[in-house]
Amino acid sequence: MSRIITRRGLLGLGAAAGSSLILSGCDQFDFLGQRGGAARTFLEQANVMTYKAQRLLIGEQTLAREYAPSEIRQGQRPNGSTDPTTPEYLALKANNFADYKLTVTGMVEQEVSFSLDELRNMPARSQITRHDCVEGWSCIAKWTGTPLGPILDMAKVKPQARFAVYHCYDNIEKTLSGDIIYYTSSDLIDAHHPQSILSYGLNDQVLPVSNGAPIRLRIERALGYKQPKFLHTIELVDDLSPFGKGKGGYWEDTGYDWYGGI
Amino acid sequence: MSVETAAPATRGPLIYRQSIWTRVTHWIWAICLFFLLLSGLQIFNAHPSLYIGQQSGFEFDNAVLSMSAINTDAGPRGRTTILGQQFDTTGVFGMSGSADRPQFQGFPGAATIPSYRDLGTGRVVHFFFGWVFVLTMFVWFLASFFNRHIWRDIIVKPRDVAGLPKDIVDHATLRFHHGRSYTPLQKVAYFGVFFILFPLIIATGLTMSPGMDSMFPWLLDIFQGRQTARTIHFITMALLVGFFIIHIIMVIIANPFNELRSMITGWYRASPGTPLNEGDKP
Repeated sequence: MSRIITRRGLLGLGAAAGSSLILSGCDQFDFLGQRGGAARTFLEQANVMTYKAQRLLIGEQTLAREYAPSEIRQGQRPNGSTDPTTPEYLALKANNFADYKLTVTGMVEQEVSFSLDELRNMPARSQITRHDCVEGWSCIAKWTGTPLGPILDMAKVKPQARFAVYHCYDNIEKTLSGDIIYYTSSDLIDAHHPQSILSYGLNDQVLPVSNGAPIRLRIERALGYKQPKFLHTIELVDDLSPFGKGKGGYWEDTGYDWYGGI
Repeated sequence: MSVETAAPATRGPLIYRQSIWTRVTHWIWAICLFFLLLSGLQIFNAHPSLYIGQQSGFEFDNAVLSMSAINTDAGPRGRTTILGQQFDTTGVFGMSGSADRPQFQGFPGAATIPSYRDLGTGRVVHFFFGWVFVLTMFVWFLASFFNRHIWRDIIVKPRDVAGLPKDIVDHATLRFHHGRSYTPLQKVAYFGVFFILFPLIIATGLTMSPGMDSMFPWLLDIFQGRQTARTIHFITMALLVGFFIIHIIMVIIANPFNELRSMITGWYRASPGTPLNEGDKP
């Protein structure tokens, strides 16, 4: 008898706890937002699992879907920085990017730099792809540029390099202690992917400032925050911790997952 | 002997109804769906519009649902547009919170994790419990296939279809029969959840991943686009919430003690007249 009462009490307690959990709103789970907290760090392991699972299952060369020209039904929606105001960028823009250089540096045998004209004269690839923003929306556009892989091959990436860090010109955030400059990074599989192009053309026009002129990298199997705009330097590294807050990108530093393929 | 002859008239036997696999996966799912729902609404709030097609129409209109705050002569109002029909949803959708601290967002903060706007955390929580949800489903399918739970209790068979009209009448008049297996209506409900809603919400979730789309481009074809998949993901969520509400109401009406006990200990008090089997308790 006492056993039944204990069970009954237990069930009642469970039901009460369950219903209060549902009714009381959810600010008691706000601690999950604490970056670096034990619970948050534990939950973030799921993103590591997603990355490993997708790298295991998806071929390194597997292409993102490319669409028919009829699917281009609107301009590419600009988002994030749409008009950078750093002095370096304003100077380049004033001269129509004639002095622009894209540099590949870091763990390479030979640092290389290319002007915009040189990049435009390299083998080009055009692709009509879907841009998926982390917010949830999608937009289809035609991107034209030169594949990044052969450029990395020219610089001869050292075997110990694990990541490519993409440094940009835009001040994505202005704070009291100065501008925060956009950057992101990827593994070398995404960097060498055949659709990863240094784009200078959008929908058969010159890439406009609002979409990342003069060069925006496309990483087509990832979300929009992995498509760095206003790109100027690609740095090959074996460790992401020295950059920003150490999470591998501006948005990643604020708490987005690093891989960005989901 | 006298006890055994008297018992059937008042109450049926205690039967071992739910295996450990059913019970453990049930409670893991309950926790997962709670966190998936609230973190999912947080993610939805980052762009509180749903579309049909491959992309989101900014220069054309393919939206089927949209929540926003608008300015009117009477001050800001929350507005929800569904298939072109506009509804004033101030206080719930589009605009919520108190008068002095209004929140201009899709779903109110009380329905999201975290309670404030934090897409990054919403995604971390969503994908963690998404993994747990899917792995639990894998375990459930394996266990329930081998212990025949799926065949015995979930698959809707011809005799369940034949018994459906009577079961609907029984449920409508609150005459519940507690047998060894589920009634036809229960089987239809659980079959719908396990074989339609769960696979659908997982597949549409995967369709939103650009990585998965490269591996399984046919996902984009069967759902007619990533944005359609996102819309179906949302509708499936609403259907699962509907299932949850009916599920809880039925537990409360049927006998919450007996129902909860069966999902915790496995033992269930069947209706009077249920024949005793080996292993049953009186």
